[in-house]
Amino acid sequence: MELTLPLTKEQVKILKVGDVAYLTGYVYTCRDAAHKKIQEALERGEKSPVDWQDQLVYYAGPCPAKPGKVFGSNGPTTAARMDPFVEMMFQQGMIAMLGKGDRAEYVADLCKQYGGVSFLGIGGASAINADRVKSVEIVAYGELGTESIKKLYFDRYRVIVGIDTEGNVLQQQEVPKYKR
Amino acid sequence: MMSRILNTEVVVPVIERLVKKACCELNDNVMEAFRSACEQEESVLGKETIQILIENGEYAKREQMACCHDTGAAVVIMEIGQNVAWEGKPLKEQVNEGVRQGYEKGNLRKSMVADPLERVNTNDNTPAILHTEIVEGDTVTITVMPKGGGSENMGAFKTLLPGQGIQGVKDFVLEVVKRVGGNPCPPYIIGIGVGGTMDKCAVMAKKALIRPIGKRNAKPLYAELEKEILDAVNNTGIGPLGMGGRITALDVHIDYYPCHITALPVAVNFQCNAARQATETI
Ligand code: SF4
Repeated sequence: MELTLPLTKEQVKILKVGDVAYLTGYVYTCRDAAHKKIQEALERGEKSPVDWQDQLVYYAGPCPAKPGKVFGSNGPTTAARMDPFVEMMFQQGMIAMLGKGDRAEYVADLCKQYGGVSFLGIGGASAINADRVKSVEIVAYGELGTESIKKLYFDRYRVIVGIDTEGNVLQQQEVPKYKR
Repeated sequence: MMSRILNTEVVVPVIERLVKKACCELNDNVMEAFRSACEQEESVLGKETIQILIENGEYAKREQMACCHDTGAAVVIMEIGQNVAWEGKPLKEQVNEGVRQGYEKGNLRKSMVADPLERVNTNDNTPAILHTEIVEGDTVTITVMPKGGGSENMGAFKTLLPGQGIQGVKDFVLEVVKRVGGNPCPPYIIGIGVGGTMDKCAVMAKKALIRPIGKRNAKPLYAELEKEILDAVNNTGIGPLGMGGRITALDVHIDYYPCHITALPVAVNFQCNAARQATETI
């Protein structure tokens, strides 16, 4: 299915684990170091440098772009490392995440509680994603290099629903089917 | 036997080339393994996933772009013939210069921090993780293996009791595989070191990943164990990227070494689907 960003609560509600979707619109990259900086800013009583309301957080640290290209190889990083920040980000208004791999049980509970979803990309298949990014702008923490927060425009970036708003987890449903 | 004199600067362009080649081009052995895995995979999502990995591998090679965004820590393995005599700047410096140039010119991600606790990026992906070994002859063989965090971080080491034997090794590997699930980006290769000391064992597990997919250990005991573990891993159902399926591992490679009477060390190192390596001999 085709999805236009930003997503609405109603749109994410109909997504079910295993659905394949093509995302078009703006997303923000944010990973370990940037999440930590946001947390520190909030603890100091400051605001997050980005308004996360209804936004999709892409856990990614891209390669530099080749000369003449908009963006370099990019793909999802291990989502589990960001598990401890999920609740904070949901409270900031985030609606969806995009990463790879298994996540802690409590992330599924949080998706249910806040009506959010966790998408999966394909770790390793990063070269073909370069052309799916049509614009890029560093919006915060530029000093973090690959880990800075970047605003990207996705043009039909393929994802799979990993956790839906009912708290279902794709891996928990699929893996047992192929177990011998 | 006359020494062959080499200036250490010869390694710089070789390593630069190997870094770029490894990061942008999965070799035929890996691409072939993807194709046969794709045929065998029963899960629709899994099949599609491997198909995407194949397309990505072809695209990365054609465009000379990193196949995976995490271009890793640069593991450099040098086998140096004992008849080689070095002159020039320190070898380590030259290895790092090659890594620096490869990552910079290849538009590859810089992922090394100078201090594990202070965590400031070195911005040129140095230093390399360098392993040198003195071997027979007068040639130098260099292998560059960029090692991404997602798979490297899932490795594990344990010293078993000698009495735990083959079953103990199997149980430990399976326990690790189940614990890490889809995080090391399956379909992966598992390198296993058995024996030696803690350090030796870990290096064996890493070097076992260089062996081509499909090639078994020369000793039947280990060849058999490799097959058994491969079957057991694929029977977990973890599947491509952990989303369920019949193909979790492309292969399992075990290397062994004599060890102390009290110990049975086992190290497990994962090589993700971005199974990158490139080799040249000087
Ligand atoms: S584990 Fe390997 S394939 Fe997965 S993101 Fe890291 S480097 Fe890429």
